[in-house]
Amino acid sequence: MKRLEILKTYKLYIGGKFPRTESGRFHAYMSGKKHVANVCRASRKDFRDAEGSARSAQVDWWRKTAYNRSQILYRIAEMMEGRKEQFIEELILQGHTKAKALAEVEKSIDRWIYHAGWCDKYQQLFSSVNPVASAHFNFSVLEPTGVVCLVPKPGEALLGIVSMIAPAIAAGNSVIVLCDLKSPLSVITLSEVLHTSDLPGGVVNVLTGELSELLPHVSVHMDVNAIVYAGDDKEQLKSLQLDAATNVKRIIKVDSAELNSTEDPYLIREMSEVKTTWHPIEQIGASGSGY
Amino acid sequence: MKKTSEHWKLAPAPEDRSQATIASHYDLFIDGKFQKSAKGKRFKSINPADEKVLSEITESTDADVDKAVKAARKAYEGEWGKLSGKERGKYLYRIARIIQEKARELAIIESLDGGKPIRESRDIDVPLAAAHFFYYAGWADKLDYAFPGRKPRPLGVAGQVIPWNFPLLMAAWKIAPALACGNTVVIKPAENTSLTALKLAEIIQEAELPPGVVNIITGHGKVGAAIIGHKDIDKIAFTGSTGVGKLIQRSIAGTHKKATLELGGKAANIIFEDATLDEAVEGIVNGIYFNQGHVCCAGSRLYVEESVHDEVIRRLKHRMGTLIVGDPMDKNTDIGAINSSEQLETIQKYIGIGKKEGASFYQPACSLPKKGFWCPPTLFTDVAQSNRIAQEEIFGPVLAVQSFRTVDEVIKKANNTPYGLSAGVWTDKGSKIFNLTSQLHAGVIWANTFNKFDPTSPFGGFKESGFGREGGMHGLAAYLDF
Amino acid sequence: MLRKSAAYPLPTSSPTVDQVGVIERTSRFTARSIKKESKVQGLNMVLSMIDLTTLEGMDTEGKVKQLCYKAQHLHDAYPGLNSVAAVCVYPNYVALAKKELKGTTTGVASVATAFPSGNSSLKLKLEDVKMAVDSGADEVDMVISRGRFHQGDYAFVYDEIASVKTACGKARLKVILETGELGTLDKVRRASDIAIAAGADFIKTSTGKIQPAATMPVTLVMLEAIRDHYFKTGEMVGMKPAGGISKSKLALHYLIMVKETLGEAWLDPTWFRFGASSLANDVLMQIMKQATSNYQSADYFSID
Repeated sequence: MKRLEILKTYKLYIGGKFPRTESGRFHAYMSGKKHVANVCRASRKDFRDAEGSARSAQVDWWRKTAYNRSQILYRIAEMMEGRKEQFIEELILQGHTKAKALAEVEKSIDRWIYHAGWCDKYQQLFSSVNPVASAHFNFSVLEPTGVVCLVPKPGEALLGIVSMIAPAIAAGNSVIVLCDLKSPLSVITLSEVLHTSDLPGGVVNVLTGELSELLPHVSVHMDVNAIVYAGDDKEQLKSLQLDAATNVKRIIKVDSAELNSTEDPYLIREMSEVKTTWHPIEQIGASGSGY
Repeated sequence: MKKTSEHWKLAPAPEDRSQATIASHYDLFIDGKFQKSAKGKRFKSINPADEKVLSEITESTDADVDKAVKAARKAYEGEWGKLSGKERGKYLYRIARIIQEKARELAIIESLDGGKPIRESRDIDVPLAAAHFFYYAGWADKLDYAFPGRKPRPLGVAGQVIPWNFPLLMAAWKIAPALACGNTVVIKPAENTSLTALKLAEIIQEAELPPGVVNIITGHGKVGAAIIGHKDIDKIAFTGSTGVGKLIQRSIAGTHKKATLELGGKAANIIFEDATLDEAVEGIVNGIYFNQGHVCCAGSRLYVEESVHDEVIRRLKHRMGTLIVGDPMDKNTDIGAINSSEQLETIQKYIGIGKKEGASFYQPACSLPKKGFWCPPTLFTDVAQSNRIAQEEIFGPVLAVQSFRTVDEVIKKANNTPYGLSAGVWTDKGSKIFNLTSQLHAGVIWANTFNKFDPTSPFGGFKESGFGREGGMHGLAAYLDF
Repeated sequence: MLRKSAAYPLPTSSPTVDQVGVIERTSRFTARSIKKESKVQGLNMVLSMIDLTTLEGMDTEGKVKQLCYKAQHLHDAYPGLNSVAAVCVYPNYVALAKKELKGTTTGVASVATAFPSGNSSLKLKLEDVKMAVDSGADEVDMVISRGRFHQGDYAFVYDEIASVKTACGKARLKVILETGELGTLDKVRRASDIAIAAGADFIKTSTGKIQPAATMPVTLVMLEAIRDHYFKTGEMVGMKPAGGISKSKLALHYLIMVKETLGEAWLDPTWFRFGASSLANDVLMQIMKQATSNYQSADYFSID
């Protein structure tokens, strides 16, 4: 007797939970002519909830030690490795060849490893001690920008998304990934991986939906600190930039192809703020100067 | 203190204004020469301390802006663009040196034009401006070291618009890193305070900087908008209000222009009971009464732990009584003239609001000159977080004081603002300092000090206080593509 | 005007001080520009606040007599000048100085308590004080036991000051902290608070035998202790920086510091003194410069 296969429900990932969209809307995802899944079409209220979760998770995420963040990112890679076959299958469903799917999954796993390593190092690279001309110790460090909304290029199924999430959370931000409906499957599976990797709920939130519907709400949300946009739609980018002025949001435009092909820590820097601290240095004792 | 007659008064100690030359009018500095505007309209620049006209300044037209941008582009694509970093640096060193040589004249003009005390122009604004050029000069041939693994390139022509509170210093903050990174510049000083920028133009001429590398054009906000809107500008650098910053952010949407915005602030200055209280009081005074409170990073929200609240306020009032308000040109003046009648109106409006909101109002007795724009140091106690004077940027010598009880409470209240430019923390306990400094959302944190600036130290805000940094190695990123 | 011995209990703690901030504050005093009539007025004030001092092993009767004469005749070429507040000598010259200064407004101050180290028994120290007071000293300048202070034995230091204060009777007590041996400004503040509580009429920086002697940062911290005591109790305490102030410009900046920290009530020899020997002539030269508008030569001002 043929066994009936269990089909997967592709849900959203908000605050460490997997809810369906509050709107009850779905998108029938087709692989070729085959119906594969009913993917959630997230609403602006889902976004609002995701943002709230991201905000409350961010402080604790940043307050973990860098070593701990590093281990969690490494753990994500471990978990992905264990579900490698599933990622490959899903990429094939989303139009990849087997060889390409394998390459993309392996590269994605390695990308986690790469940024796992940066967690406790980028600060040393980008910080500075500033030799001010007064009796003060002065140093600049990077701090997370806060809640960052990631908009991968539509059609990017996995590597293009991992390449945005990994540096964002390595930098101590919490994120909301807004994934277009063109290839929404892997990112949901990825969120299941994140969920089982000791990553605190809310640090990464994943919404699948229509960008054109969601972005106008995202860009004027007063509690979103930055949007990283990897798309090619100039009009869409322009309207994000226009709306960003509402709360002086940072709009960071990245090139998806470049992001996929290169590994460096500069996106971590872009998604951080520089904080400079001053403190007096007492001048007693040296060279018998007294006081 | 025991009541006594003011029997030892300081005699006037005016700086000698004849040590500075101000022309009766100024043209625009474009392509290495002072040039007349196409239309030739001028407006008067007055001394806010006596309302007398100092000079006439040119109101640039769109055609002038275009001419300036073209000159900058030509220089970028020509001589300047081909110059090595080392040679660029040498020009900046020259400018730094000439500023030092002309420091006295520049300080006098800065105080006449903007109303700030000569002590501050002389000891802070002008030396820091020179230091800024000197610092960035040395970066010009070392840019690769600032961005490991990358090859940084200049952006092109930078359009820069600066405010009236630190006219020469802000020009230095903008021009020095732009040039060190190989860009060329079109810059507009604020209409109230154009004179030192125009003096800087003379210095740039004297330094024989190639024509068009720095173009200094004058006028009102419209001119700034024309620079920012010009299609051949690659980079925007703006310091000013958050309101205008937002307009700029919108106006460059959809363009290739990169921007750094240094906007408003409402900094929390936090005093714990274990602070060195006298130094904290000094920090409060430096925080809010420095430069008449016309400082974006001013410590305008004071939080004092309740157990020492009364003691701090008593000492603060005592200290406020020693501040000398009056003629900016007098070497003993601590608080000079408010920069303009408009700004004075804004400040007075907020003082009115504070009184209406029920906060306790205090100003020390001081006699103010008849002419000019003046505001004594002002203190509001019994303020609540929901008072407007505790939320909105006043940009004047007005301090809003609240008491607090716990670390948790004060961190929450300090961060409870759309701004994030600066903050101050006063405690003698090291671990508490690091707790606070890491939790406060602000780009610059002064621990046991306040309102300190240095060219090596990055400056800039979180949230609605803007983005990008000026100063230090991090300030280079604003002017490079890497 | 005379304070009580052990006027207030030994304070359990003292406020802390940040040296960098203190220096920043004092640099604001030195940035004050004191010109014309305010300069002349200030210089005259400085003269009236000077304790002309000779505290040498080689002091003689002749030296003390010359000093006392100078106190009354600062610069006879220019009549109408203030005379100094006091002359300051060792106890064995008090009687002589008293005699020399009889009928004048200039007081006699005597160091005592095993000056300058203070390393002796309380008994001997009190006898030292008694000798000075019995000889007619108007003021006694004692030193605190810095060793005990560094040991943390604040009660000892406090008790000793209180005992000396009692022994002073009608003489005003100046308590020398010898700040150059205290090591930090926090300790300067602590010692100031102890001395004030124990009944000091004046607190004084230095013996003049240890470097650094008086500095503006140290003096500011002591003035702040005086101000805080005044805020708390309404009682005034005097201040005397000693050693290292030899130029009139610096002295004027000290007066600015006093004015802005304590208020004008302290701008009076009753409440503020300079312990100095060479300052007077520099002030005189400045006064003559103001009077004649010519820069002066030291050759025209007597050394004593």
